Amino acid sequence: MIKRLDEFALGETGVVKTVEGEGMLRRRLLDMGVTPGTAIFLRKKAPLGDPIEITIRGYELTLRKTEAHLIVLEMGGRK
Amino acid sequence: MKRFALAGNPNSGKTTLFNSLTGSTAHVGNWPGVTVEKKDGTYKKLGEPISIVDLPGIYSLSPYTSEEVVSRNYIIDEHPDCVINIVDVTNLERNLYLTTQLLEINVPVVVALNMIDVLNKSGAEINAKQLEEKLGVPVISISALREDNLEELMKRALEASSKPREGRTIISNEDLLHLIGDVKIAFKGKQVDNPLFHAIKLIEEDEVEMKSHPELVEMVTDFKKTFKDETFGEDLVAVIADSRYKYITSNFHGSVKRNKEEALEDKMNTSDKIDRVLTHKVFGLIIFAAILFLVFHLVFSENFFFLGGILSANGVAPSLEGTIYEGLFWTESGINSPGVILQNFFEMSFTAITDAVANGLNGALGEGHWFTGFLCDGVLSGLFAILGFLPQILLLFLLFSIMEDSGYMARVAFILDKLFRKFGLSGRAFIPMIMGFGCSVPAMVNTRTLADDREKIATIRVIPFFSCGAKLPILVAIAGGVLQAFGMGNVDLITYSMYLVGIIAAIICVVLMRNTSLRGKSAPFIMELPEYRVPQFKSLMIHLWDKAKHFVQKAFTVILASTIVIWFLSNFGFNWAYLDGDMSNSILAGIGQLIQPLFTPLGFGAQLNAFGFVFAVAAITGLIAKENVIATLAALATIIVTASPDLVAAIEADEEGIEAVAIMIQNTGITWQGCISFIAFNMLTIPCFAACATAKAELPKGTFKWTILFWLAASYVGSATIYSFLSMFDASSFMWAIPVFAGILVLAVAAVIIIVRYNKKHPIKEA
Repeated sequence: MIKRLDEFALGETGVVKTVEGEGMLRRRLLDMGVTPGTAIFLRKKAPLGDPIEITIRGYELTLRKTEAHLIVLEMGGRK
Repeated sequence: MKRFALAGNPNSGKTTLFNSLTGSTAHVGNWPGVTVEKKDGTYKKLGEPISIVDLPGIYSLSPYTSEEVVSRNYIIDEHPDCVINIVDVTNLERNLYLTTQLLEINVPVVVALNMIDVLNKSGAEINAKQLEEKLGVPVISISALREDNLEELMKRALEASSKPREGRTIISNEDLLHLIGDVKIAFKGKQVDNPLFHAIKLIEEDEVEMKSHPELVEMVTDFKKTFKDETFGEDLVAVIADSRYKYITSNFHGSVKRNKEEALEDKMNTSDKIDRVLTHKVFGLIIFAAILFLVFHLVFSENFFFLGGILSANGVAPSLEGTIYEGLFWTESGINSPGVILQNFFEMSFTAITDAVANGLNGALGEGHWFTGFLCDGVLSGLFAILGFLPQILLLFLLFSIMEDSGYMARVAFILDKLFRKFGLSGRAFIPMIMGFGCSVPAMVNTRTLADDREKIATIRVIPFFSCGAKLPILVAIAGGVLQAFGMGNVDLITYSMYLVGIIAAIICVVLMRNTSLRGKSAPFIMELPEYRVPQFKSLMIHLWDKAKHFVQKAFTVILASTIVIWFLSNFGFNWAYLDGDMSNSILAGIGQLIQPLFTPLGFGAQLNAFGFVFAVAAITGLIAKENVIATLAALATIIVTASPDLVAAIEADEEGIEAVAIMIQNTGITWQGCISFIAFNMLTIPCFAACATAKAELPKGTFKWTILFWLAASYVGSATIYSFLSMFDASSFMWAIPVFAGILVLAVAAVIIIVRYNKKHPIKEA
């Protein structure tokens, strides 16, 4: 199943298919390791519901739902 | 002397390594041209001394925040003899991503694998030899914290620095390599240094590169049409990022030997356990508020842990009353917090020094000599007024550093981001703002972590509204004076409401700016949440020492010079005669009288009598340091009541300046509304020289003059609004105040409607 990262529920895992957006924002995401084929685990949501915290490449990254919306993932993936 | 630059991800232990290498030799200065604090120090343990430069932490050489631009420019333009790339082995993948980019530059690189001890403790090992073979540069395992292997690192770096290194890329896609080769040749033809690096950055659609070499962009665009990657199509940006990460995972996945492979979901270490509590849905915000309260309580409270009653109840206070301990450790309101005790100690020492000097000089030169006045009232009192705040600022800094180093500040941004986005800022802007309550200077420096220029400008502009430590005395003295002269109000209530006024003004101004002059989408918020760490005593102390040095330097240069100028203006008349404290005939008083009418709408202008110029003058002297505001009022109050020695003695005995303010109120005919308006004006107007200098250095080019204008406008409009609002509640003034305040309201509503309409018609273009 294909889902965007902002639609993930707590504790769900997926593998990145594409990263949308453009310019600096997109390259920042790529720089931080959000590249196709990478597994992402939704670890936490902030007390006010946004931003979210994910585990990727062995570290914790936080981003807003608007940025998370740019990341398209295949649900499940490697465990 | 050879120069080695330290480059690495944030939180990779760069600063720890820097401190371990340079010890106490580090000093902070300003970069010419670029407005960033540089840190450099000297490593002396090898035969020749080596200069070590600490660069801001970066994830990539594509600039994103202004800090990252600094690091990139240093490595590319300043030609260090060697780049020491610090890699956090507990997070090898993301750290090596930067390494693959550094390797593309024509500079000797040495990789330092840091936090080996942490990795080993978790039962894992790393194969440094394998990394060295693959990367083609020296790789040394170190522990910056325990100072393990640092000499070896420096030896290898020195070796490497003596032979030039040609940049090379790990990108292996044949077609892409062709393009890189072609663009590289084009760069070479233009005599550009580091052609490989620039070629790859151009292909990565790096903004800086595309702007400086627009003529080469076409080459890349043409190539894209012929390029087809099975996964990414013609998306070269993704292809390059992906190939870097692929290179890392395929080559170095085996370099770290773990006891067991762990799945993403199982990762539940100490950090996560702490996070469960500190970023909890409900408790997260409450804990944060409590921590914040505690920090300010420790630094500023005069009723520590609300223990006020205990002292007197147990008879401790009465038995020590009148000794030196009273005042230092407690006042009538309660026990002092550590911050206040330190500050009192400083102040007591300074007063003792000034008195001793004054007595000595009076003996030697005779009473009332201008030089005594100059040295004691001008130089020393000016210096000490600034230095007196040092302990509290440092303590506040220490506590914020602990929060920052431990990793909690990043969580604060995480928790508050949504709230801040409502005002058009990101959660990160919270940190500099809250630091503003201590001192605007470090707060403004901290805005460097903000990615978006517009967000940064807005934040710097409102930082002074978060009333700093030096503005507190204004609040206390004037609120106390109002109480004494009019028999009304409550000092605490006035103080707290003025803090609130500052915060509200900041919110209004940010919202206003983000919808008008600084309009734009809120900057993206992509941030690493580092693992919690116990802050290191040594690095905290070095940090603190840096700040103290910086602060003292400023006190002895800019601030001292301007204090002397103001002293001359306020102690010499237009006939160049020394006035010996009689400020009312001084040049400054002349200036004050000239501009006094301007403050009429604010309640301290033409409606006051002859002495009314003092408020205008106090506002001017406040530009040097906000401590001067009350000092100026006190100086003039002494002159007014000079005929009655009792009152003079009362003013001198009262350190908080309440007595002086009360006398000024009686002698100028200012109303209590005017007093409150005066506080507001000082809180919102141009901050002290030190803060202005910092703002000028941190703000993007060309925005400083608008910022000064903004502060003037904000303070003028803000205090006029407050003055007319408060005047509605007085029988003698409601007649004019109600229509005026109503007028202000109507104008404000009209402005909001116009802005909203305009913004609807002109939506923000997608960035």
